[in-house]
Amino acid sequence: MNRRTFVISSAFGGLATLLPRIPFASTKTDARFVLVILRGALDGLAAVPAYGDGNYASKRGALAITTPTQKLDGMFALHPSMTHLYQRYREKELIVFHAVASPYRERSHFDGQDLLESGTAELKGARDGWLNRALAGMPANKGRTTDQIAVALAQNIPLVLRGDAAVNSWAPSRLPDTDADTLQRIADLYSTDEYFATRLQSALAADGIAGEGMAAMGGGKRDPLNGFSAVTSAAGKFLAAADGPRVAVIEVGGWDTHANQGAEQGQLANRLRSLDQGLETLRTSLGAAWTETAMLVVTEFGRTVAVNGTRGTDHGTATCAFLSGGAIAGGRVIADWPGLRNGDLYQQRDLKPTLDLRSVFKGVLGAHLGVSDSMLETKVFPNSVGADALDSLIRRS
Amino acid sequence: MTLSAIIAANRFGLGARPGELTDIADDAKGWLIRQVEGTRPVPQEVAALPSSATAFQTFAKALRERRQQGEKDGKGRQQIGAMYRDQVAARYRLAIRTEEPFRERLVHFWTNHFAVSADKAQVVGLAATLENEAIRPNLGGRFVDLLLAVEAHPAMILYLDNQASIGPNSPLAQRAARRANSDRKLDINENLAREILELHTLGVNGGYSQTDVTTFARALTGWSVAAARGKEPEQAGQFQFRQMAHEPGSKTILGKRYSEDGLAQPRAVLKDLADHPATAKHLATKLARHFIADEPPESAVSRLAKVFRDTGGDLPALHRALVECPEAWARPTAKFKTPHDFVVSTFRMLDFVPPVPEQMLAPFQLLGQRPYTPGSPAGWPDTASQWDGPDALLKRIEWASAVGKRMGSKVQPLDVGAASLGSALAERTRVAISRAESGAQGMALLLASPEFQRR
Repeated sequence: MNRRTFVISSAFGGLATLLPRIPFASTKTDARFVLVILRGALDGLAAVPAYGDGNYASKRGALAITTPTQKLDGMFALHPSMTHLYQRYREKELIVFHAVASPYRERSHFDGQDLLESGTAELKGARDGWLNRALAGMPANKGRTTDQIAVALAQNIPLVLRGDAAVNSWAPSRLPDTDADTLQRIADLYSTDEYFATRLQSALAADGIAGEGMAAMGGGKRDPLNGFSAVTSAAGKFLAAADGPRVAVIEVGGWDTHANQGAEQGQLANRLRSLDQGLETLRTSLGAAWTETAMLVVTEFGRTVAVNGTRGTDHGTATCAFLSGGAIAGGRVIADWPGLRNGDLYQQRDLKPTLDLRSVFKGVLGAHLGVSDSMLETKVFPNSVGADALDSLIRRS
Repeated sequence: MTLSAIIAANRFGLGARPGELTDIADDAKGWLIRQVEGTRPVPQEVAALPSSATAFQTFAKALRERRQQGEKDGKGRQQIGAMYRDQVAARYRLAIRTEEPFRERLVHFWTNHFAVSADKAQVVGLAATLENEAIRPNLGGRFVDLLLAVEAHPAMILYLDNQASIGPNSPLAQRAARRANSDRKLDINENLAREILELHTLGVNGGYSQTDVTTFARALTGWSVAAARGKEPEQAGQFQFRQMAHEPGSKTILGKRYSEDGLAQPRAVLKDLADHPATAKHLATKLARHFIADEPPESAVSRLAKVFRDTGGDLPALHRALVECPEAWARPTAKFKTPHDFVVSTFRMLDFVPPVPEQMLAPFQLLGQRPYTPGSPAGWPDTASQWDGPDALLKRIEWASAVGKRMGSKVQPLDVGAASLGSALAERTRVAISRAESGAQGMALLLASPEFQRR
């Protein structure tokens, strides 16, 4: 066992529990749902550049992708790193949402994620998540316990899946190394404390990464998305099994790009590539079950339209989201585009939200998983009047 | 939050639990002083653990299995491993939960002062029993009684080989010499005597000579542990004075003559050692180093040593004097946490007790301080330079990340940190935590912060 493997596996004496194989051959429930939460606030204008907006190039400056290679339509493109997702789009298995947001309008990651996951209208001691509350209303899964149908691919069950209904969880026994982003923040924290700063620097030099410069790293062992494909591969296998779970939640950090974000190339481009690869791995590992799958990728909020002083972006409001899968009526962008002129922006700085993410959630839960309207409106998303379910997201078979 | 509460809970205590800073804010020093007064029943968490005699007998059984059946990993050996893990888990459950963390830190301090190390096979199940049977019951009294209890404890005798130390003129040695074919001359083993002088009492420059060590070792011959298959098997594993092995005659140690008195002869030496001014200085220095600074201020050391001498080595008085050292209250983060401190304070801050013994053990092992295994009778070092290497820091950060991933989404790192560190939590750290991209990352930043890594 090498040192790192040891470090991780002994951190808590073995964190992972293998997902038990639950024999349940008789029930055939085909609809699969995977929720991927990108923690840290993905820059929607980087992942899905609005190249056709006349103000895009000037507003984004150094971060603009002005000659996109993967156009979705005359207004939007997909970041050049996300080649597999673009293929899904061409095969009409991907809907791209833009200018979407949860009802949250402040800029704290924690609160933003809590509200995204609780599904409530405001943040008041969120104690359970919308997907957990929805489990009871999935008729196709009748006869199975909720922990047989829902799994979190995480050491901890994320809030979205926490609640009264029991759920399962699974995490790879070997955690990724402390990621470059977290290390960078710790290095920043130490920058006024020479004692700690010099020691960390030596350690990282010995670790063979300081020389390259952490910000420039991509795809290395400290990349926050390192291991993401392993998780999505496992998720696909679980969901593909005839008697396996039908709902999975995956979370991945690394999106809080305050500095040296990059454009076609760079830090964020590398992470988008890893994300794209991980999602493709999910698809291939699902095999034939992909045709029954809806996979939704969301983040807590977006980032500033303008570049900041460290070639990155700060916390913003609206962003993009992806819905992909064999069950999706895709090949289109759903966006009520608010524009990028100063007056169009939320508080003169962020992309203005024109679509409530709960409308997307409702559309998927209803049409794909069979949760009733009344349940969606009362239990799953209380006080969500105005966020009507989007219809026609799911392909009619 | 008062500075004194922060220092009381984090420097003197084991790291503030949720609500602790508030609870003690009005009278932080009083809170500490009340913890050192008097004796306590052995806490429930550790009272139910196997006794030293049981641990000894289990080890004897493992040896027998190995001899008779060639089983390297027989039942007895597995039992000892499980016993050790249970002892560690109990120790840290108590440390995480205790409302008398200063007293508990003192228990750990004195256990480390009188270190035995569980990397010696015979000591694996015994190390914790020294703490629970000899240290805990004696913190409310005088140092001499603590010393006498420790040196006669089976863990210490076996760790420092005194059961094998035979007076060259003892009846046992003479009998052996009379035997034909005996090429082995029985003699003393000076290990225990040397460590008592060098580590437990006078200190390395405490003014003793090699002759003092040798003579003291002769006086100590016969201090042993009843064998598993001896004449009184029900006594197995308990202290036993073997007159047959004791070197007869008077002994002169540090210029004083001790007449022959069997079992009581080394006791008389130990009593004088406890009263020796060098012992006062040695203990004062170690305590000041543990609680004040790696290079302890001379003023504090002399004050502590004086209290020790003036009170005849009264431990509550000594511990109280430590609390009353103004030097200890100068700044909140003067000491770099050992891995032990780092892990315990993390779990106290999170109010989290790892549910199974292996999980309790793992982080200490990972960060390089496997409980009860300091590796030498000198105990774990108590200065930052022994713990703060770059790789050690990176390991802490990695563990911090793992804790963050496990706990970060269940608590608010900023609230948890503020409740444990109060105003010692730097503004810079607060900002970094509040900007973290996830609760997990926020928790990693809190644990990795300079102020959390110090006490």
